[in-house]
Amino acid sequence: MSRRDDERALGERALGEHALGERALGKGALPEKTPTGGARPALADPWAVLRTLTPARIGLGRTGNAIPMRAVLEFQYAHALARDAVHDALDTAALCRGLAPLPTIQVASSAPDRATYLRRPDLGRTLAPESHAALADLPPAEIAIVVADGLSATGVQAHAAALVHACAAELAGFSLAPVVVATQGRVALGDAIASRLGAALCVMIVGERPGLTVSDSLGIYLTFGPRPGRQDSERNCISNIHPNGGLTAGQAARKLGWLAREALRRQISGVALKDDMPAALAAEPGTPLLSPP
Amino acid sequence: MATYHCTLGGERHNFADLRTLLAAASAPKSGDALAGLAAESAKVRMAARFALADLPLKTFLEDLVVPYEDDEVTRLIVDTHDRAAFAPVSSLTVGGFRDWLLSEAADAAALAALAPGLTPEMVAAVSKLMRNQDLIGVARKCRIVTAFRTTLGLDGRLATRLQPNHPADDTRGIAASTLDGLLYGVGDAVIGINPATDNVANAVALMEMLDALRQEYRIPTQTCVLTHVTNCIEIMNRGAPVDLVFQSVAGTQAANVGFGVDLAVLREAYDAARALNRGTVGHNAMYFETGQGSALSSGTHHGVDQQTVETRAYAVARAFEPLLVNTVVGFIGPEYLYDGKQIIRAGLEDHFCGKLLGLPMGCDVCYTNHAEADQDDMDDLMTLLTTAGCTFLIAVPGSDDVMLNYQSLSFHDILYLRSLLGVRPAPEFEAWLAEMGVTGSGARAPAPLEARFVRQLVDGRVA
Repeated sequence: MSRRDDERALGERALGEHALGERALGKGALPEKTPTGGARPALADPWAVLRTLTPARIGLGRTGNAIPMRAVLEFQYAHALARDAVHDALDTAALCRGLAPLPTIQVASSAPDRATYLRRPDLGRTLAPESHAALADLPPAEIAIVVADGLSATGVQAHAAALVHACAAELAGFSLAPVVVATQGRVALGDAIASRLGAALCVMIVGERPGLTVSDSLGIYLTFGPRPGRQDSERNCISNIHPNGGLTAGQAARKLGWLAREALRRQISGVALKDDMPAALAAEPGTPLLSPP
Repeated sequence: MATYHCTLGGERHNFADLRTLLAAASAPKSGDALAGLAAESAKVRMAARFALADLPLKTFLEDLVVPYEDDEVTRLIVDTHDRAAFAPVSSLTVGGFRDWLLSEAADAAALAALAPGLTPEMVAAVSKLMRNQDLIGVARKCRIVTAFRTTLGLDGRLATRLQPNHPADDTRGIAASTLDGLLYGVGDAVIGINPATDNVANAVALMEMLDALRQEYRIPTQTCVLTHVTNCIEIMNRGAPVDLVFQSVAGTQAANVGFGVDLAVLREAYDAARALNRGTVGHNAMYFETGQGSALSSGTHHGVDQQTVETRAYAVARAFEPLLVNTVVGFIGPEYLYDGKQIIRAGLEDHFCGKLLGLPMGCDVCYTNHAEADQDDMDDLMTLLTTAGCTFLIAVPGSDDVMLNYQSLSFHDILYLRSLLGVRPAPEFEAWLAEMGVTGSGARAPAPLEARFVRQLVDGRVA
């Protein structure tokens, strides 16, 4: 599936793209059914049961025609976390310390500040001229890993280092360029960076647009033959990577490893590279295989 | 091609073509700035508005903002224009048209008769000369009635789409959100799900669940799974229960190609939906969503400002006699509508333009977390739109869409609007609410509906 979760538009809404993913509400979250003829649970607060069926804010109650105070404050708190995730600055030095011992390079997009970044996605996709030198004269590598703040610096700050380490381990057989840490970056900034590094494959890790439920989700965008002008349909996306019911770093890295090997073998990425990794390969190590892959 | 100009304060301002003039006259929008189309200063914007006010309305029939040869939406607009309907305003300038719209002469009957004579560009142009109160006042005079199992658009009514989305399309989770909304009297426009996974099998499962609920509780409303129109055609061929056919549409042929549609496939879906004949009090069977910025986001705006392109999408919609059309105004993102002020203005523009063109116009009053907006802005917009006679609004549990990750209105917001402004649900749905013990004001009662529905959910017999 190829998409860009930080830049959703009307068509994607209609196509029903989702950011939380199937794992956000596993079947295990459902209450047990009452056995036929068995004792039924007392429904003193039936909405307590219904709330287990969905993360939606159902059964809030009301005061007059309004939402009760507590629920109003909880909503506003969730929105505050999402707003901070969008507007907080990425502490690149701390991120680079977390990425050690992997070598790192710091760059910036052409968007000078957050307000411009939000208004001008085009600037977030190009490299600031003063960052060109940082990417010059490096030995060639097969794969470039880029980490950008995207729309959730909070998510990148908290989870990107662990994700990169997991991805680097998964890609151990390939030559990797130094990890590039980019600020005010959109997904396509990876193309500009990876093409300068001469990499055959770009692995772009970016903070996804925060929601009220999850404000620290990461996405990985894989692009074969990265160069400016690549279309979104030429990327594979692994989205919804976060600790609150999303993909774990390990799961995401295994999926990435499979896609990266396939992309390099078949010299392609995007819609032409179907994500048909056998499900068993995506499972956590140690998970019993119900059926052979 | 004509050039457009205006001398203001002794200074001459030239506008290279009609597209440039329209863009420069537009209310400030981040999307027009992103496209490099916005007026370079407030003074230039005013010069454009003076020039636009003096422009004869019939200019728009001759000077096309997107060429006829290049674009099937332009061809649709030109080929279906009703010159006889246009006659009463054909001698007016855009500014004169604004004054006429606000006059007593422009009553509901006159506006209804005029609609087929108006092109989207005329309507977009006049909206650029109108203050928010003008957009509200004129839209309020428009009366557009459509029907399927409910009758929408009647005077003093506000309908609602119940949007019970779930991040994993869990049918019981969706049913729980649906019950929550029904108990607030929401859902007479449609119970409509955005599927998390867009494929035929999943859409059929969701449709069958909604249809079973609707039939079991004899809910006088229509259901919809907002899957791609080509999926819906396949689903109709399979005989699954399709009430409304949904599609996102935009104002240029190329933008619609980006959505994977053209007029021919919409026509095919329209014919198939009509043939099913599932409506009881009417047969409007299409549901369209639009939004400013969608064409620019796919680079298919032909140098036309986003509000004018948006209005052209309404020409696409009206060709298929829809039950519902709504703008998703704050959804597309801050690069198109930056803050609450821009979102509110755009919501009022879209509603006005849709109504003037004869559409049953609703709105998803909404914003994303990277826009400079919050629920206070939504309070403003929903109150203004309801005052303007908006056909329907979208509501989700607690304003939080947990699948699409944005904020819309809450079910409570609908209660507030009904209480504040006296707007009632569609008559068929209103009668059902009374029968179910959910009172007219939507007070949450321990109704038979709730007890039975909850029991079914807990037992897993729903879905």
